[in-house]
Amino acid sequence: MFSPFIEGAEAAQGFFALVPWIVFLPLIGMLLNILIGKRLSENGIAIIAISASALTFVVSALQWFSLNANHEGAVVHFAEWIGIGALNIPWAFRVDTLSVTMMLVVSGVGTLIHIYAAGYMHYDVRYKGDPPSYQRFFIYLNLFIGAMMILISGDSYLMLFVGWEGVGLCSFLLIGFWFSKNPDGTTGTENSQAAKKAFVANRVGDFGMLLAMFLIFWAVGSLSFDDVFAHAENIAPGVVLAVSLLFLLGVAGKSAQLPLYVWLPDAMAGPTPVSALIHAATMVTAGVYLVARSAPLFAAAPVAQETVAIVGALTALFAATIAVAQSDIKKVLAYSTISQLGFMVAAVGMGAFVAGMFHLVTHAFFKALLFLGSGSVILALERAHHPLGKDDDHADDHGGGDHSFDPQDMAVMGGLRKQIPATFRVYLIGAIALAGLPPLAGFFSKDEILTDALHESTLVYTLLTIAAALTAFYMGRQVLLVFFGKPRSKAAKKAVESPPTMIWPLIVLAGLSILGGLLNFPGLHPLTNWLEHTLGHEFAHATDFNIVVATTSTLLAVAAIYLAWTLYGREPLKEGDPDPLKARLGRAFTGMQNKWYVDEFYAWLIIRPYQRFAAFLADVVDWRFWHDWFHDSVLAAGFRGFARFLADPVDLGVIDGIANGLAKGTKNLSGSMSKLQTGFVRNYALMVFFGVVTMLGYLIFFS
Amino acid sequence: MVPVTYYFALAAILFTLGALGVLIRRNAIIVFMSIELMLNAANLLFVAFARSFEHLDGQIFVFFVIAVAAAEVAVGLALIVAIFRSKQSIDIDELSSLKG
Repeated sequence: MFSPFIEGAEAAQGFFALVPWIVFLPLIGMLLNILIGKRLSENGIAIIAISASALTFVVSALQWFSLNANHEGAVVHFAEWIGIGALNIPWAFRVDTLSVTMMLVVSGVGTLIHIYAAGYMHYDVRYKGDPPSYQRFFIYLNLFIGAMMILISGDSYLMLFVGWEGVGLCSFLLIGFWFSKNPDGTTGTENSQAAKKAFVANRVGDFGMLLAMFLIFWAVGSLSFDDVFAHAENIAPGVVLAVSLLFLLGVAGKSAQLPLYVWLPDAMAGPTPVSALIHAATMVTAGVYLVARSAPLFAAAPVAQETVAIVGALTALFAATIAVAQSDIKKVLAYSTISQLGFMVAAVGMGAFVAGMFHLVTHAFFKALLFLGSGSVILALERAHHPLGKDDDHADDHGGGDHSFDPQDMAVMGGLRKQIPATFRVYLIGAIALAGLPPLAGFFSKDEILTDALHESTLVYTLLTIAAALTAFYMGRQVLLVFFGKPRSKAAKKAVESPPTMIWPLIVLAGLSILGGLLNFPGLHPLTNWLEHTLGHEFAHATDFNIVVATTSTLLAVAAIYLAWTLYGREPLKEGDPDPLKARLGRAFTGMQNKWYVDEFYAWLIIRPYQRFAAFLADVVDWRFWHDWFHDSVLAAGFRGFARFLADPVDLGVIDGIANGLAKGTKNLSGSMSKLQTGFVRNYALMVFFGVVTMLGYLIFFS
Repeated sequence: MVPVTYYFALAAILFTLGALGVLIRRNAIIVFMSIELMLNAANLLFVAFARSFEHLDGQIFVFFVIAVAAAEVAVGLALIVAIFRSKQSIDIDELSSLKG
């Protein structure tokens, strides 16, 4: 029943038939950890999870190997899934250059993060006072890899949507991993509120996705990619536009674009490996993948493309301004992620699908590196602040200790380059890559986007260039605040370097961040050629290296870093000093620091009216109208009245009346009959006599 | 030869007397004798018609009636004795315990 077979004989020689394992290996890992994880040590759990993820990477690499020989790829039918009338959707895996690129990134970066998490979570579960959660964490992590693989390997929009929802679920579970705590470790509900926020914001986007799929099925009669793209040009322009804009809504939800990005910063409540894996490297790029995958649809709707590009560019700039003023190390990276996702979305919106995918890949490298690096920094401070006892497995509950210390606040860091040199080196590489200095990965991918933007739209180019300069500034600020100057707290003085399980993945990611630019090196364009097999020449054209754009952005980045140095490097911040930018920018800084009050604006615009409406519904409509009035006056009183009606007139009157009437009638009849029984024999004899006379008379006279 | 009408009239008179006796008298013995009177009125008619039609069936039937009457008298008198024993009276109006 589940024996996979391959469509197309020529594909049979490849490893394409193995592709279902990219979903099943992580799920097997998950099941193993669910079933026997309780009896295993932490190392056993981690080994199962890491092996599952690593084997997924091996299978993905085999797909890549086969694709090199056979660029067409394959659609591997795995099982029948839905067949209702005209709707026929098999569970099929699509292996082509686009999906395999994603597979390699997700499983590759995912495996590195699994390894890192094996070290990180060892400490985290103890600081949170709940070591058994170690198992739960890796169960969720493997489930996420499986769901992400369904998303990127699906052959139809519905299959993609299954993965889309699956990763949303994992995101929810992992943001709320410490669901009974606040981000600062105290008992509370803030983490679960953040998880809920992510889920609800994504729901708005999923609503767009669903409507778009309904429209596609209505217009084309199929949801499989090949069918839809074959008909893309025949669909009415209005429908394509609607579908594309609804997809944009889905993208805005999943890839944290304006106006739905607000969940991503709060998602930092999850453990740091989660922030790296889900909320930086993989899941949030699903929207970019969706647009790249739907290239023929977006190409048929130029208005939608422009909208996507402008939304992306505005998000890139908007989030970058917020990132400048954040003091939480992970919040800076969160807004940076939103900003970089804006770059990617803008790129795919402009039709520069390769540039968008290129940036997706390089960003996965350096942003995962930065997040994991920040996790290492946070852990270094945490471990210095409350060292765990010798017997790690019975760590004290640190929940009751000193909460004024926030290991994520950059104000308490400083000078860490001496305490944690390995983390510092890789973090610096990640920061330079993100800032876009040559020759690191970020420079090439960002530059390609900017070059495309210059060709397409000056507005988008301007927005993105400013955002890129801000990126360099806030990364410079962050590195200077965290690693340079003098330690600004006792913990920062005693910061402890992380164990090798955490440092090695960082070193690998640092290597990838340095060399990632080779993926689509100007002039050679291996990624463009690779993706051209799937996207077609129309959507995958090589962008020439533009020396003006490259020089401009590099000079701007250097200038921004110099500016950051003048503010934070020349005179390092002292303990308790306010941010020097605050004095220069005044109110603008307050705005940036408070995220331009977007959360407050949403609270005013949507949440509070909604809560008031909900309160109105609950109090007036539900409680007073339904419960009090309708229930008491209509239901209860009506039922009582009806029951009384049934009891009194019907039961007592009619039913009892019939029974009593019968009894009374019988009684009366028998009473009067009994009067006939006088007891005098002569009366009886007389009756007999008259009876005989009557009968004889009848017989004689009438017969 | 006495015409049959005379017998008929006599039988009617006797039967009427018997019937009235049953209906009017209270003494159980008298009632009993009145019943015998009615039976014999019927017997008389049987015999009269048998002779008139020159047919013996009627006469034979009379024997049966007399036999049945004898049996009835035996049972009836026994009943009356039993009633007298329990009630110290044979007034049939006092036998009204089945009165409704």
